[in-house]
Amino acid sequence: MPASAAPPLTVRVLLFASYADTLGLDSVELSLEQPATVGHALERLRALPGGDRLPPKPLCALNLTHVRPDAPLSGGDELAVLPPLAGG
Amino acid sequence: MGYLTTSPIDLPELVARVQSPVRGGIASFLGTVRNHHGGRAVARLEYSAYGPMVEAECARIVAEAQSRWKVAVVLEHRIGVLQIGDTAVAVVAASPHRDEAFVACRYVIEEVKRRVPIWKREVYADGSVEWVGAAAGGAAAQQGGEQQVTADFGEATS
Repeated sequence: MPASAAPPLTVRVLLFASYADTLGLDSVELSLEQPATVGHALERLRALPGGDRLPPKPLCALNLTHVRPDAPLSGGDELAVLPPLAGG
Repeated sequence: MGYLTTSPIDLPELVARVQSPVRGGIASFLGTVRNHHGGRAVARLEYSAYGPMVEAECARIVAEAQSRWKVAVVLEHRIGVLQIGDTAVAVVAASPHRDEAFVACRYVIEEVKRRVPIWKREVYADGSVEWVGAAAGGAAAQQGGEQQVTADFGEATS
């Protein structure tokens, strides 16, 4: 089963705080070729205006849970790119 | 009953939620807004959050504490504009004995700071504004800190 036969998947990416300022947006929908990981979505974000100022490995959460960049994406996922946390 | 609030934090009300005749030891921690950061005078702080994940992550942290120790825990974090001295976060841990109350309270606040997606923007007395943690250190320092968060998180859930 060739991977290229699968239709692209769509994920919603949320940006917060300093990263939302850097890219000038707080959410964006990305269409990605399957199979896709968090890292692939980050590559696409870097291609957006201001995206080159994101750090090499930003903290990410997938569907409200912290994940590593190699985590696989599914259609309809909510991926959040989190600046350094500063609660408390 | 959520973990995030935009209203002032009421410590006696939080204590009342966990106080009981079987829990003789109650430890609390309050994080309040400091008037200085990096040698500069701070006028106020603006907290923002990824609300749904704050609720999910706080629930996980409280559940972890309550499974590791014989405690009842309440946790609340305020967001929005806070003035100097305002309480930003409160943790209350109640247990039959003080040791577990102290250790659980400490655990919860440390995990909140490492894992909960909340950010603060400092407004300085001179009018300038800065996201806390975003400027100093640069990308390399951020990367190191963030890898630490995910590595530790992976261990905590296994």
